[in-house]
Amino acid sequence: MNVRPLLNATEAVPPALAVERVSHSYATRKALDDVSFTVAPGTFAVLLGLNGAGKSTLFSIITHLYASKAGAVSIFGHDVARHSGAALARLGVVFQQRTLDPDLTVEQNMLYMAALHGMGRRQARPRLRDLIARVGLADRLHERVRYLSGGQSRRVEIARSLLHAPRLLLLDEPTAGLDVKARADILKLVRGLVAEDRVGVLWTTHLVDEVKPDDSVVVLHKGRVLAADSAGAIMNACGAHSIGAAFAKLTGGDRDEEPL
Amino acid sequence: MSASLAFFGGAEGRFGLGAYLVCLQGIVWRESLRFLHQRERFVSALVRPLVWLFIFAAGFRQTLGVSIIPPYETYVLYDVYITPGLMAMIQLFNGMQSSLSMVYDREMGSMRMLLTSPAPRWFLLTSKLSAGVAVSILQVYAYLVVAYFWGIEPDSYWGYLTVLPALLLSGLMLGALGMVLSSLIRQLENFAGVMNFVIFPMFFASSALYPLWRVQEGSPWLATVCWLNPFTHAVELIRFAFYGKVNPLSLGVVVGCTIVFLAGAIVAYDPARGMLMRRGG
Repeated sequence: MNVRPLLNATEAVPPALAVERVSHSYATRKALDDVSFTVAPGTFAVLLGLNGAGKSTLFSIITHLYASKAGAVSIFGHDVARHSGAALARLGVVFQQRTLDPDLTVEQNMLYMAALHGMGRRQARPRLRDLIARVGLADRLHERVRYLSGGQSRRVEIARSLLHAPRLLLLDEPTAGLDVKARADILKLVRGLVAEDRVGVLWTTHLVDEVKPDDSVVVLHKGRVLAADSAGAIMNACGAHSIGAAFAKLTGGDRDEEPL
Repeated sequence: MSASLAFFGGAEGRFGLGAYLVCLQGIVWRESLRFLHQRERFVSALVRPLVWLFIFAAGFRQTLGVSIIPPYETYVLYDVYITPGLMAMIQLFNGMQSSLSMVYDREMGSMRMLLTSPAPRWFLLTSKLSAGVAVSILQVYAYLVVAYFWGIEPDSYWGYLTVLPALLLSGLMLGALGMVLSSLIRQLENFAGVMNFVIFPMFFASSALYPLWRVQEGSPWLATVCWLNPFTHAVELIRFAFYGKVNPLSLGVVVGCTIVFLAGAIVAYDPARGMLMRRGG
């Protein structure tokens, strides 16, 4: 009821992701303060915030690493805390940290992930071949992850996150530490998933140049949602000519805090 | 291409028995692969007890005789006496190492990955634990092969088989203990701390290196400490099992401790409390 609807949210279908009045604090620091927003199925949503805005905390709560102190998160209507199995089965995750095993091959890494989702080898092998071809790494299937570049391993992680065919994909700063070319490749790949396969995506970043005008944007600053709308609408509301300028205005305009 | 992204039926939120088995198998398989790739880890896991056996035990062989105490039916040499203790030591190191590695930064990522599985968390933790135990058992048998050529063998070859369930239990107990510690005590994140405050006290204040009656002669209170140390019971369980016997007291203590430690680990990793939250992720 208190959800601030984003773009395209329809009443009939539950949103891919609904974050409702989530608050969280560590010992003394309040990390999230009454955060609400939704991501509609099949859309590309950006969670925009500086380091320390609370993105990582929110990410941990959505992926059920730990429960929030208040509020609720649901994925396609399945509450993450109470029905975590059903919620997690619909969720694909790419963490900011590298989570592939460098000593194992691409295929071994993917088979492990498939097993975690209860998918046996016979079922997983054809799927992972399709997916790895889709991210353009078909010839590297039997290579150890150690020998892949940063951009390549990110692509493997994206392919891996799609193994169980989730309808919602979460990516936490997926382009961090990548060069311009690799960044563009990753972004194109994920936008393709949204356009062609109707996967809902929540893309976390502090880089405003990754945002397109018709993306849904959630601006998170010091644990609070300052705006949740399409990038274009946010720009209009702020009277800003770019999402970067709008972001700076929303967050107090401190030059040092303006994202790149 | 979109066909490959069709919703995977088996993951409809219902995790059937088959899915549980696949999941467990996958976790054990990955842990074994990782272990095989980390040669240094395997070598150091093997060298550590062998140093004790070849150097320490050889040195003490002449000065320390062990009289006839169960399960031994004759006088035994010192290196024969400490072999079960060294088997337990392998598992102690392994338990601490694999559980602590879960919270190391590098490992934190893969731990988070593990916990995104739709399987219930208790199951994931228990599977992870079992995988660690499987690896520790491999290490123990590798040690036993070397020890065999050193002239240390059970009374009958059946001993190699009867020791297996004991290793399984003691491995679970020590792995679960490592898991609890890794979640509760932040200072123990570096391995040196664990060596000083967990491994050494547990190992030395136990029946691994000397029979308790010897300790009793020297210091009754220390003997009591040893007696209360769960590691002593892991050692005795293995010692008796290696000779095809059961030590009911040790069995009870090890089973009891396993249950308590495992419950503690599951609580510690509960999403609503525990260490994952404090760390901030």
